Amino acid sequence: MSIPIRSLTLNEYLLPGNAACPGCPATMGLRMLGKALEGKYVLVIPACCSTIIEGPYPKSSYGVPVLNIAFAASPSAAAGVKAGFEVLGKRDVHVVVWAGDGGTADIGMASLSGAAERNDDIIYVCYDNEAYMNTGIQRSSATPYAAWTTTTITGKGEHKKNLPMIMAAHGIPYVATASVAYPLDFVAKVRRAASIRGMRYIHLHCPCPTGWRFPSDKTVEVGRLAVQTGLWPLYEIDHGIFKLSDICKPLLDKRNRKPIEEYIKIQGRFSRVSKEQLAELERYVESLWNEIALMIEKSKTSGAAG
Amino acid sequence: MARTEILTGNYAVAYGAKLSRVQVISAYPITPQTSIVEKLDEFVESGELDARYVRVESEHSAMAACIGAAATGARAFTATSSHGLMYMSELVWWAGLGKFPLVMAVVCRALAPPWSIWSEHNDVLAHRDSGWIIFFAEDNQEVLDLIIQSYRICEDERVLQPVMVALDAFILSHTSTPVSIPEQSDVDGYLPPPGSRRKPFILDIENPLTHGNLTYPEYFMEFRYEIEKSMNSARRVIVEAGRRYGEITGRYYDSLVEDYRCSDADVVLVNVGSSSGDAKEAVDLLRDEGYRVGLLKLRAIRPFPFEDLRRICDGKRYIGVFDRNYSFGYGGILHCEVSSALSGIKVPVQGFVGGLGGRDVTVDNYVNIFKTLIDMADRGVEPKPPLWVGLREVV
Repeated sequence: MSIPIRSLTLNEYLLPGNAACPGCPATMGLRMLGKALEGKYVLVIPACCSTIIEGPYPKSSYGVPVLNIAFAASPSAAAGVKAGFEVLGKRDVHVVVWAGDGGTADIGMASLSGAAERNDDIIYVCYDNEAYMNTGIQRSSATPYAAWTTTTITGKGEHKKNLPMIMAAHGIPYVATASVAYPLDFVAKVRRAASIRGMRYIHLHCPCPTGWRFPSDKTVEVGRLAVQTGLWPLYEIDHGIFKLSDICKPLLDKRNRKPIEEYIKIQGRFSRVSKEQLAELERYVESLWNEIALMIEKSKTSGAAG
Repeated sequence: MARTEILTGNYAVAYGAKLSRVQVISAYPITPQTSIVEKLDEFVESGELDARYVRVESEHSAMAACIGAAATGARAFTATSSHGLMYMSELVWWAGLGKFPLVMAVVCRALAPPWSIWSEHNDVLAHRDSGWIIFFAEDNQEVLDLIIQSYRICEDERVLQPVMVALDAFILSHTSTPVSIPEQSDVDGYLPPPGSRRKPFILDIENPLTHGNLTYPEYFMEFRYEIEKSMNSARRVIVEAGRRYGEITGRYYDSLVEDYRCSDADVVLVNVGSSSGDAKEAVDLLRDEGYRVGLLKLRAIRPFPFEDLRRICDGKRYIGVFDRNYSFGYGGILHCEVSSALSGIKVPVQGFVGGLGGRDVTVDNYVNIFKTLIDMADRGVEPKPPLWVGLREVV
């Protein structure tokens, strides 16, 4: 699924002069989100980099209303916003949570799970930069195996929490993975999400130059390599039906995946990865795609196209 | 015509919220608050109350959902108790410091360990600096009346701060007494239409505003000073709201305090909450014996009723303060606050601590407290460290 770039509005809902680092993927995602929803949304933002990106009072770089809220509280705050809109008859405004991986996979997990179980009518975007970047690069449960952070100085010992699949296990109507390196794919997924009611979850991969230790003009390149090496598969689970995104369809054949070394060699956070760790990463990618193949098969047998 | 029903304190809360036409309810059950959220669920599911009920997975989320709803301008309500309030604490402060007008009933219960489900006031008083207006109710009628008044107060443009209504666990929450329930039409005339509020902040895509973003030191203090200005205005608004409430119900609440036979008293005891009824009875008994004693019940803890307290206590021979709470290494929290508020007035203030974890506080206890104060006054004794009332010998 893709859409022509000319169909996007010229309006910007992330304003210039924001306080992001150079090469920030979150700002790329925020721009695309705004173009996808054309300003008809409010943002609920927990503590994360985007708290800083919006800039200090009395200014704001976000062209839509924003409710900043405490770290663990964004899904339930968004549920409250939606409930408020409903009782006041404002049904045409999307409530979007824009939260980092810490606020989603870690401290916000309980309230996220609660919102998913209730099928609250919100769009939740986790922009995943794979660590606590706002506090200065500490590990989160979304940090990948072997990656350096300031709290995993010899490399993280555990794999990334598979949050999209955890969300899918809640049985919510829509789950998707996306990457800022494929903006039109992300826009298309936001639009698909916007056409559905209930809990919608999009997990947006966000390579962070500051935390991942790569030059700030390489954000897209790194993001593409994450997808092309198979480490970050792009898919949707739309009403239970698994759909591998077109970009990733060739990667079902492992010969079409780029070697993981290409992804890790341009990032300082993987500079000390050993042969054994690399082999473990390869095994991880293999298991990821085996699962995907199974899910495609399952969706086919359930009568829908994979 | 108002009708009278036999209601528990918890049902009085639920009826108060229903009469206030709350639009979004979000709550998590906790003993002894549970029957509030059950009754409200019943109201919503039966269609008696047109509200959205967000059945959250924790108190932290309950307050977050109420903040979210309040941010749209909807009328939000929640209720909790003890550990629920503590778990919610981060968002309680967010609501107060963010000026989100909403109302919460807190059934006061002791914190663990050891586990206790009975009354104590430390849960509420731990939040006295969070920017919330805090009321303590004496009986179930006051519970219902305070919930309704709280919406008029919190949505007043001079205030725009959230309100907590505290009621004692079991003593009020589960005890049934006659409660007069006002007519819906009277309450509709008393409160602003639900959802009509535009200030201080409404999420509106036509007029985008950012709430709660980073603020540098050059602006931060002004945000805090705004809350202090609201609290100061609230003193007047509370009195106005209570007076107007009297016009529709005949029950006037025209002060932040209740002065019970204090005017000619030599000795005055300061108290809050449900045990004030027992204290009043002790006052009557002692008055019959010729002792000139009085009770000063604080209805509001925040804003603190400085002026009433100073006016009523000035010139007395002795003041006592009864605390159903404790600040370890210091004393009773209200004792500390009352002493501080009375500075400059030459009156000795003696603290008493009791009723912790639901320990019974009886009329006899209050008679003894008054007699202790009279004795201290007669002997010209300086106040001592807080006296623990009804303490068993440690074995």
